[in-house]
Amino acid sequence: MTPRQKLVIGFAAFAAFTAFVLVLPAFVNEFKTREYAYVAIYLLALVGLNILTGYTGQISLGHGAFMAIGAYTTAILMVGNEQFGGPIGGGIKDVWTLPLAALVTGVFGYAFGFPALRLSGLYLALATFAIAVAIPSTIRRFEHWTGGGQGITLAGSPELTGEDGVEFLGLTFTPNQWMYYLSWTLALVGLAVAWFLLRGRTGRALRAVRDSETAATSSGVSLPRYKTFAFGVSAAFAGIAGGLLALAASGVSPDSFSIVLSIYLLVGIVIGGLGGLSGLVFGAIVIAFLPTTWSQGEDLGSLLPDRIIEETQKPGGSAIVFGVILILLMFVLPNGVAGIFRRVGQAIASRRYSRSSSS
Amino acid sequence: MTDFLQQVISGLASGAVYASLALALVIIHRSTGVINFAQGEMATLSAYIAWALIWHHGWGYWTAAAATLVLSFIGGIATHRVIIRPVERGSVLRVVVVTIGLLIVINGFVLWQWGGEPKFLQSPFGNHIYDIGGVFITAHDIGTICVVLGIVLLLWLLFRFTKIGLALRAAAVNPDEARLVGVRVTWMLALGWGLAAALGAIAGLLTAPTVLLDPSMMQPVLIYAFAAAVLGGIDSPVGAVVGGLLLGVLLNMLSFLSQYGAFDWFTEDLRVPGALLVILVVLLVRPAGIFGRPEVQRV
Repeated sequence: MTPRQKLVIGFAAFAAFTAFVLVLPAFVNEFKTREYAYVAIYLLALVGLNILTGYTGQISLGHGAFMAIGAYTTAILMVGNEQFGGPIGGGIKDVWTLPLAALVTGVFGYAFGFPALRLSGLYLALATFAIAVAIPSTIRRFEHWTGGGQGITLAGSPELTGEDGVEFLGLTFTPNQWMYYLSWTLALVGLAVAWFLLRGRTGRALRAVRDSETAATSSGVSLPRYKTFAFGVSAAFAGIAGGLLALAASGVSPDSFSIVLSIYLLVGIVIGGLGGLSGLVFGAIVIAFLPTTWSQGEDLGSLLPDRIIEETQKPGGSAIVFGVILILLMFVLPNGVAGIFRRVGQAIASRRYSRSSSS
Repeated sequence: MTDFLQQVISGLASGAVYASLALALVIIHRSTGVINFAQGEMATLSAYIAWALIWHHGWGYWTAAAATLVLSFIGGIATHRVIIRPVERGSVLRVVVVTIGLLIVINGFVLWQWGGEPKFLQSPFGNHIYDIGGVFITAHDIGTICVVLGIVLLLWLLFRFTKIGLALRAAAVNPDEARLVGVRVTWMLALGWGLAAALGAIAGLLTAPTVLLDPSMMQPVLIYAFAAAVLGGIDSPVGAVVGGLLLGVLLNMLSFLSQYGAFDWFTEDLRVPGALLVILVVLLVRPAGIFGRPEVQRV
């Protein structure tokens, strides 16, 4: 395939996917659309994390912390924290808090990028892991800002759009559909932005940093510049995702940002494929549905023997399945699910190439 | 003054627990260059095994504890042979993801097997409280400190005076040349994992009586252990112990001072973030820690 063909196929796939996302709510239960909104939210966070970890090689086990910053920015800007004794009055419409959530989180990420410059590989993983573990109790400590362990509830806030339906461009959306379209619009825009960002000079520089810092430096790629940039952009994505998460759950609380969230995000990019964008949709679907679907005992068909399904539906069972999948993926498919397609594609391409060259 | 001593003593006791888990991290990092994110969950699993042996099978405490140590040792070796070895030499990310996967699996398994409600595991040293000149210290705290100091002594003897210890060090420092002189390197690395798992089991058994046994019992302890290991130098066993004790006393001091008005912003919720701060500051100011040697990278 020539690069031009690849580009055309990529555009076609993106357009087809957009169309699919657009019409999907017409075919599913209205209630389900909110669950599908979570896929978009995780997708945004995964795109952000993959820019940092998959493309730039900086391991972050603490991306849930960035989502927490975004979520709390949105919640505080909407309803304020004067009720807890904090300084902010709130009163900003929910949609407008999202760019601010991205900005605030992006600045945090950019700032964290500087100390992170001195941490390589394992040490960065360790530090970010500690951040992920420390975030819920930090939120609880600063209760004047964050409402402590109770969190902040957004339900009933006048700034929350669409509690009783939204009129937009002459169409009427239910609250769930509104959440769905808002999240997916941002996710698709986010994907496009990430693609533009990663395909050119910047993307090459980031990959160079990942593959060899020494080689990157000697070819004139500034490590501080690109690493802090990757941290900032990645955090901004996580910030929007966090803000959307606050809206979708109509509230924030410290326990939704435990280490589990950060680990899910890591699982998502590993399943989706490190250093790729298209596969992240799979990753987002898996982390949005596998834990709940599995434990809620929804019909999994006769995929597996009943006994196994029954056992894994006990508490903790889905985690075991999750962890085993993660470990096995690292053994057999370090490039994620997208890697299979890429490999199959390459095999077909090389067969066609060898056939045409031999004839 | 007695209040002050009181805080130092209980700080040392909690620090000793951090030190034992930090030792496990250090041994694995020294021998295989891996940071084991599942170390805390492995320790939790060990504590649960001991609990199950005692409460479900009616074993005595010490037999159950000994069996747990042996099982953990074997489990650690098996973990290295089956799960870690295939990814050890690859990219850092693969190893990290695999140990995170292990963390998820063990945490899920404990929840699946024993449920989420907290369990009680007794202290081997009893709960007698001694009054030494106005300072109260529990038998469990004394026992914890003694056990950890004993472990350090044993480890030092092992690494310094035995052939296995020499082989372990050789395999860690220069695997290729160690192999040339007949050290079975992969087994030495596996042995390191076994030792670490057993040390983790001790940490779990010492932690469980002070808090209740539950599936995420060791998560904060793991962060303290990271902080202790980084503070002391992540390749230095002595550093891990000193770091653990220092951290335990430091965190207790802050809580103590906050009662008297100084550092009054420091509440119980800030213990884990405090440990995080220690990690960040040490990594930024002196990455090698107190006892470590600065790393030199060859290009």
